[in-house]
Amino acid sequence: MSQSVVDGTAGTSGAADAAEAALGLARPVAAGPAPGPGRRADVRRVLRFLVRRPGLLVSVAVLVLVVLAAFRPDLFTSQDPLKGVPTENFRGPGGGHWFGTDELGRDVFSRVVHGAQLSLKATLIAVLVAFVVGGLLGVVAGFVGRWVDDVLMRFVDVLLSIPALFLSLALVTALGYGTVKVAVAVGIASVASFARVARAEVLRVRQAVFVEASRSCGARWYSVLGRHVLPNAAGPVIVLATLDFGSSILAVSALSFLGYGAPPPAPEWGTLISDGRNYLANAWWLTALPGLAIAATVLATNRIARALDGEWSRQR
Amino acid sequence: MRRYVIKRLAQAVGVLWAAYTVSFLVLDFLPGDPVTAMAGAGMDSGQVDPAQLAALRHEYGFDKPVLVQYAEYLGRAVRGDFGDAVSNGRPVTSVIGDALPGTLQLTGAALLLAVVLGGGLAVVATYTSRRWLRQLLLSLPPLGVSVPTFWVGLLLVEAFSFRLHWFPAFGNDGLRGLVLPALTLAVPTGAQVAQVLAKSLLTALDQAYVETARAKGAGRRRVHLRHALRNASLPALTVVGLLVGQLIAGSVVVETVFSRDGLGRVTAAAVTAQDIPLVQGVVVFGALIFVATNLVVDLVYPLLDPRIVVTPDRRASFA
Repeated sequence: MSQSVVDGTAGTSGAADAAEAALGLARPVAAGPAPGPGRRADVRRVLRFLVRRPGLLVSVAVLVLVVLAAFRPDLFTSQDPLKGVPTENFRGPGGGHWFGTDELGRDVFSRVVHGAQLSLKATLIAVLVAFVVGGLLGVVAGFVGRWVDDVLMRFVDVLLSIPALFLSLALVTALGYGTVKVAVAVGIASVASFARVARAEVLRVRQAVFVEASRSCGARWYSVLGRHVLPNAAGPVIVLATLDFGSSILAVSALSFLGYGAPPPAPEWGTLISDGRNYLANAWWLTALPGLAIAATVLATNRIARALDGEWSRQR
Repeated sequence: MRRYVIKRLAQAVGVLWAAYTVSFLVLDFLPGDPVTAMAGAGMDSGQVDPAQLAALRHEYGFDKPVLVQYAEYLGRAVRGDFGDAVSNGRPVTSVIGDALPGTLQLTGAALLLAVVLGGGLAVVATYTSRRWLRQLLLSLPPLGVSVPTFWVGLLLVEAFSFRLHWFPAFGNDGLRGLVLPALTLAVPTGAQVAQVLAKSLLTALDQAYVETARAKGAGRRRVHLRHALRNASLPALTVVGLLVGQLIAGSVVVETVFSRDGLGRVTAAAVTAQDIPLVQGVVVFGALIFVATNLVVDLVYPLLDPRIVVTPDRRASFA
């Protein structure tokens, strides 16, 4: 996966081609000190890259934990996120309850862990919508060119001129409330940047000599697009997707903080904070600690995006 | 120059028209019957008379073909009439106009804080020769763009209102009530300003003219502030132009956190009530702010950087 990103940014030709992909894998082995089969050297290279950057290592660990929490919340906590013990309400953070308990005596840590599922699902949908719709707009605009390019890009400019939160709010007004609807609204609001990057990349790759060569060999437009243009244009768009992951978490949590996300008992991250807001004066942990989870996740994905965006290809 | 201004103005109007069209498409085209929503929002009881519904549909023109509706609405919007807000029946423009001063105060203060704090951070971080200070300062902007705004606001309230009692936690009273909301709103914006300015300062310090200035005997501070900063501030200006729309939109969250009256609170209430004319008005207003600030930035640019010459249109000489 990350290998193809590197190949994409380096602009090597025909990454999708099996033979050339093998060549691409073989290159770092030839350059690096470690001899041996390509894949093992590759793993070693990733490990060395990570160990030299402790911040990045922590970021990857945080993200792995969050993803694990989303799929297997029972690994982290055995307490019920929805049922509380009323006699144990407003307990501060401590051994029994890491993040304390809320007004109904529910364990806040358990709610944060179980909330990861909802928040991550919404974020993934948002990024996917932006990636697919924006990518499609950009690729069509860049590949077809001429008036199609003009029309699509003017449309994208207009999307950029409306502040993202306002656009999301307009979509929420039209679509209604709920995690998925909020996610789609956030995704549509970041379509424009994906379209721009995808178009720029397609334009760059389309002018490369190997694309011209494959055209002159008589390749059809769809095979040129699928085998040569798309694989080589994918890199920066994937980096943008990682970056967008962080901002989508923030946007989704902001909308659910405003009350447009999942209905009350569901422990969405933004909803948790807006619930805790009512008890700000006497129970700081109800807002501070769930927010810490959001901040840590966003910080981690942003750090990883930065690593993908240059550090990785520069260190070769 | 005049030709350039006219051209840019025409572009701005074009973008506004398109933004209106997009908001029309989003709000009037998508599933969910606007009339049912409006009727539900306007009345206390859940039951709505079908005849009344039909009358409402006729009143708002929803029984006509979409294109006719669009043309009618656009015609009114051009004259500054965005219809009446459903929740209180007042014209959308006056609802927005009444809410605006509080929000402008907030966003203006936030912009000032963002530029001063973010810019100051970038200047100090690139100027200092202490490695630890530089690394500490440069690690702040990535943190600033990663924290949820509403969380920062709540933490500030917790610390400075409930613990220290320095500032009021809620409401619009005076300068003291403005400090925490403005600071909250300034965090993500200031972080982005700092990131861009630090990067362009580092690029500028590598340029040949910096070398020349040093060779001529200019001091480190003078080179940094007079030569490098002046050139590096241009990209930052562009970013500030792009961030103003984000600041206005950010007021939705910040005004909700601090229970301040303003455009943000009005917007949040309008979304909750599915008040379509009002939401549409706010969206177009957001686009207007964005287009206007970028127009100003574009027009100021040639004044700040004499290298940017607005070339007269070639066709002009033939005409």
